[in-house]
Amino acid sequence: MSVLVLAEHDNVALKSATLNTVSAAAKLDRQVVVLVAGHQCAGAAESAARIEGVTKVLVADATHYAHPLAENLANLVVTLVQGHTHILAPATTSGKNVMPRVAALLDVAQISDIVAIESADTFVRPIYAGNVLATVRSTDAVKVITVRTTGFAAAPRTGGTAIVEAVRAAPDSGLTAFESQEVTKSDRPELTAARIVVSGGRGLGSGDNFKILEPLADKLNAALGASRAAVDSGFVPNDYQVGQTGKIVAPDLYIAVGISGAIQHLAGMKDSKVIVAINKDAEAPIFQVADYGLVADLFQAVPELLQELDKP
Amino acid sequence: MKILVSVKRVADFNVKVRVKADGSGVDIANVKMSMNPFDEIAVEQAVRLKEAGAATEIVAVSLGVRQCQETLRTALAMGADRAILVESNTELQPLAVAKLLQALVAKESPDLVIMGKQAIDDDCNQTGQMLAALLNWPQATFASKVSVAAGKAVVTREIDGGLETLSMTLPALITTDLRLNEPRYATLPNIMKAKKKPLETVAPEALGVDVTPRLITVKVQEPPKRKGGEIVVDVAQLVHKLRNEAKVI
Repeated sequence: MSVLVLAEHDNVALKSATLNTVSAAAKLDRQVVVLVAGHQCAGAAESAARIEGVTKVLVADATHYAHPLAENLANLVVTLVQGHTHILAPATTSGKNVMPRVAALLDVAQISDIVAIESADTFVRPIYAGNVLATVRSTDAVKVITVRTTGFAAAPRTGGTAIVEAVRAAPDSGLTAFESQEVTKSDRPELTAARIVVSGGRGLGSGDNFKILEPLADKLNAALGASRAAVDSGFVPNDYQVGQTGKIVAPDLYIAVGISGAIQHLAGMKDSKVIVAINKDAEAPIFQVADYGLVADLFQAVPELLQELDKP
Repeated sequence: MKILVSVKRVADFNVKVRVKADGSGVDIANVKMSMNPFDEIAVEQAVRLKEAGAATEIVAVSLGVRQCQETLRTALAMGADRAILVESNTELQPLAVAKLLQALVAKESPDLVIMGKQAIDDDCNQTGQMLAALLNWPQATFASKVSVAAGKAVVTREIDGGLETLSMTLPALITTDLRLNEPRYATLPNIMKAKKKPLETVAPEALGVDVTPRLITVKVQEPPKRKGGEIVVDVAQLVHKLRNEAKVI
């Protein structure tokens, strides 16, 4: 028996969330099979075969896998379930889109966002915006799981020599058609994988003002994030959002600038190793979780911070 | 066109819930309960489609204890036409809810089902996708823009990298994300009117669905608390501490 991992990729390269998911899979079984479903996705498949701990890569290459449509991916995964005790995907927007569909087709529960594995059938997952941790035991034959990447270290990208095997594509469901996508382009590290994250909130006041954080992020080689308030106000695109229903991050350093710290935001970043808060309101709840708090006007503090970082 | 929209009764988003002393669950006995915020967005979207002339009837469904009637009344006050409560005192997990909704879809034959992407209590983010699978319908989760015309839906979705737009033929299932719309408040006259709108109650057994939970909660606990840190006096001290104490830069 083995564990099946649904890889997330853009056909060329693997998304880093796949590495964390492989780590989770390796805790369950020594046999870790990664499924790469895509179109002209040999690059992603080869990368998957090199991940440490992966024993086999299955590749389903078809035009209707060019974009990760939930209907087609779920129909494919259920054809491959035999021989697998667990089916895992990262708890990203893509994994969350597909895996409940897989579970329903198999008539099993889906276990969302696990952060720890207690045994082959028992898992820990956050509920209530991470204010409570629930330990749940599955009574189903196959466990369909999404993995919160911050709960598991990334598996090394090299060290594996898995065999790559082509599998037959399932028929195109024809249910949905991909029309277009607008992907935010950035040279900065991926938000969920960055070692340092600089995040801005309502306190920035506008999209133009938000740009004050860019040189700071560049200086620290950090990803840029935002609170829901900043996204709702249109300062930055939706993919910047950190929080209960946005991205979950746990970098070595999280710098919250002009963020008050609603529980929904804290849910997305409170597992960061070191948290810095810069806010002019000394009563802001963000200071209760910050390791270092600076009560200051961000428009003075951020440029000062840049200058100070330049000093040896 | 008929729209079915599901609404869940959850602890209000402002409530900081507590774990029961014996670790068996979360104590929601005396906390304020509200409609799940993502479901408010779902109801609002259904009402807007009706106001725009794209829909003719909105059926709101809630599943759970008797008090879910209050949540349904809120949906009716926002503009739903009638309501169905699937009443159960058993914990209803996403798969069971999806099966119950599947049975209701078979009875009601809606063209569109709109649901919140996630309930803020169990944070599962599953039920819509499961229902779409059981119905073999197209799904558009995490919607931030929806247009429906001529038997087709075009939906823009919030994804990790940005936005993605899909099109699909109805019937279809949509789950809502935060920026789809800003839900209205029910006005007093509409709250009064909602009391007279039809609200039907059915039992899970009547829908032929086994709702036995598949996941057993072994225990719940609070996560380790973050220790409060310190307030630094200025930027220089902050950078000094990050370099020499935390050693993260």
